[in-house]
Amino acid sequence: MSERASGSSAQRERAPVQVYVPGDSAARSVGADLMAERLAAVAAAAGRPVQVVRTGSRGMLWLEPLIEVETSAGRVGYGPVAPEDVDGLVAAGLLDGAAHELGVGLVEELPWMRRQQRLTFARVGIVDPRSADDHLAHGGTAGLRAALELSPADVVEQVVESGLRGRGGAGFPTGVKWRTVLGAQADQKFVCCNADEGDSGTFADRMLMEGDPFILIEGMTIAAHAVGATEGYIYIRSEYPDAVATMTAAIETARERRWLGERILGSELTFELHVRVGAGAYICGEETSMLESLEGKRGTVRPKPPIPALAGLFGKPTVVNNVLSLASVPTILTGGAAAYAALGTGRSRGTSVFQLGGNVRRGGIVETAFGITLGELVESFGDGTASGRPVKAVQVGGPLGAYLPADRFDLPMDYEAFAEAGAMLGHGGVVVFDDTADMTAMARFAMEFCAEESCGKCTPCRVGAVRGVETIDRIRRGEDRAANFELLEDLCELMTDGSLCAMGGLTPMPVRSALRHFAKDFGVEAAG
Amino acid sequence: MTVEAGERAARAERVRAVASGLRDQRGALLPILHAVQAEFGHIDQADLPVLADVLNLSVAEVHGVVTFYSDFRNTSPGRVHLRICRAEACQAVGAEALAEHASAGLGVGFGETTADGAVTLDQVFCLGNCALGPTVQVGERLHGRVNPARLDAILAEAAR
Ligand SMILES: Cc1cc2nc3c(=O)[nH]c(=O)nc-3n(C[C@H](O)[C@H](O)[C@H](O)COP(=O)(O)O)c2cc1C
Ligand code: SF4
Ligand code: FES
Ligand code: FES
Repeated sequence: MSERASGSSAQRERAPVQVYVPGDSAARSVGADLMAERLAAVAAAAGRPVQVVRTGSRGMLWLEPLIEVETSAGRVGYGPVAPEDVDGLVAAGLLDGAAHELGVGLVEELPWMRRQQRLTFARVGIVDPRSADDHLAHGGTAGLRAALELSPADVVEQVVESGLRGRGGAGFPTGVKWRTVLGAQADQKFVCCNADEGDSGTFADRMLMEGDPFILIEGMTIAAHAVGATEGYIYIRSEYPDAVATMTAAIETARERRWLGERILGSELTFELHVRVGAGAYICGEETSMLESLEGKRGTVRPKPPIPALAGLFGKPTVVNNVLSLASVPTILTGGAAAYAALGTGRSRGTSVFQLGGNVRRGGIVETAFGITLGELVESFGDGTASGRPVKAVQVGGPLGAYLPADRFDLPMDYEAFAEAGAMLGHGGVVVFDDTADMTAMARFAMEFCAEESCGKCTPCRVGAVRGVETIDRIRRGEDRAANFELLEDLCELMTDGSLCAMGGLTPMPVRSALRHFAKDFGVEAAG
Repeated sequence: MTVEAGERAARAERVRAVASGLRDQRGALLPILHAVQAEFGHIDQADLPVLADVLNLSVAEVHGVVTFYSDFRNTSPGRVHLRICRAEACQAVGAEALAEHASAGLGVGFGETTADGAVTLDQVFCLGNCALGPTVQVGERLHGRVNPARLDAILAEAAR
């Protein structure tokens, strides 16, 4: 036997080996549970006690299911590991961090991780999301403690100074919104977290809730202190049962720790938090529709004004923020507004959590300062398409976002730069398509999706989208093309100008961008 | 009382109990509808007056809410409830072909249940698994990187 092996026999008498396997639903979707079971069984049979901790995912989704083994040098990773790989891995010395063809080395040293700046996602993939002690051991509650030392107005000013803008899509300055709610006079105020995350290509809210639920609770509690709210709701889409379970359990634990409830952390603050589950309606991600749904009604969009900050849930002043906006706040309070604002570019400050999906070789979570280019995300992080074919298009910002060709890879991820390019960052989703994609089909789908998910309140959206599908169908069939292109353009204009909300108002963005950048697919030399 | 009438009365009583237990929550109707559907598999037309009564709403208001949300069904799904993601990121890796395979193999379209009551097929727009598509959900269980062969295996497994 080698010295190494005898070294490990000494180790054997000490604590069990710590092993980490993501319990994130993406990892579970490709077999993490079976693999974890197999690992425990094989280790036991080998006489090596292990303690398997189910963490969130690091967000290197192409490596899932990923195993990480605690060693004196740090966590050593192996992935993607199928259940049938486990025997061989354990025999090869996985529990001692030995080399193997599935080995990726020290996880924190991987270029993919090192090139990121993980602030909001700092603990995701590292901690046990069900453990309050783990949260504390990794700096949890420091942001809340710092906030409770400040007056509400000072907390608001910190958030204003940080430059944080809403991560849900519209990019409205979070601190400015909070200032409005703080200034409103009312017997009750609410904080509502928008966890409806309906955009295709986005999964950061889900991964944060499944991987570090306490940071969201902390962010919402800071918001409550800052604006004078006593009650909060997290509206999670029903498509995310694991996130619902993790958040619900974390709220229960937080109550026991007095991180929620009365006299939070011994202060004067009282804040009660509840999870509510959506029911399969994309439009309920629009904030006023979400509020209607929280009130137990149909999720139709309310006209603005009044803005929710003044008349929101049950007519009371209400903070509505995305998961990532709220989860960024504790970091701002601990690290300081100036440090956060020092990151980024132009009026896009701090870090953003980008999500790479679709036909991409290395999909997952990339948290970096704003200003990284689209090309760096798709090529350096994503490593091109999963199919190995050339990239044809990327859709940024969800189903209402633009389709961009590879020759726009120079675009910096920045709210204003994207707006100038006729595109939007939205919730930070980047969906990659290879050269087999038919952009007429994607344009049609944009209209189909709008027709399917319209709340029905206004005609340009409800009727325009249905007519849009029909019109694109005629174009695809080659019928009366000139007239139908004109009709499509008219419909797009009508929807853009005449819709009450961005569902109808922005559906023309993917349609027009597909036409503009991929005119050849539509059988025209150049359009619009 | 006939057996059917007895069953109806028992269901109404149970629905009333579920609703009464949750009614003090703010905006209680959605949590109540989820709870009723979790217990009975669907929201029955006959449940609506009971819910309206408990919540002091009109039947039309309750009906309006139930029909707005695609989660709420008026018939129970088959023994296996298969939802295939048809959103953009999954389309980029073959979701449309997967959906066609499922539909052809099961002999049903979206929103339909096979004649033997074994499988209900639905479409869904994004399951938050966009880097590991195509993605499907069977019951509450998520499956990633699903190709036609893997889908058949998942369905066979779920049917057991
Ligand atoms: C059709 C539509 C869908 C939306 N979906 C979401 C969503 O799923 N999550 C989200 O946070 N914001 C969504 N928004 C944006 C919200 O209306 C709102 O701007 C946001 O929740 C505010 O929070 P933030 O300032 O922190 O981004 C959506 C907007 C529209 C028009
Ligand atoms: S644009 Fe569409 S989704 Fe928005 S309010 Fe009008 S009908 Fe409803
Ligand atoms: S008919 Fe009204 S939008 Fe086209
Ligand atoms: S697009 Fe299918 S899971 Fe997101």
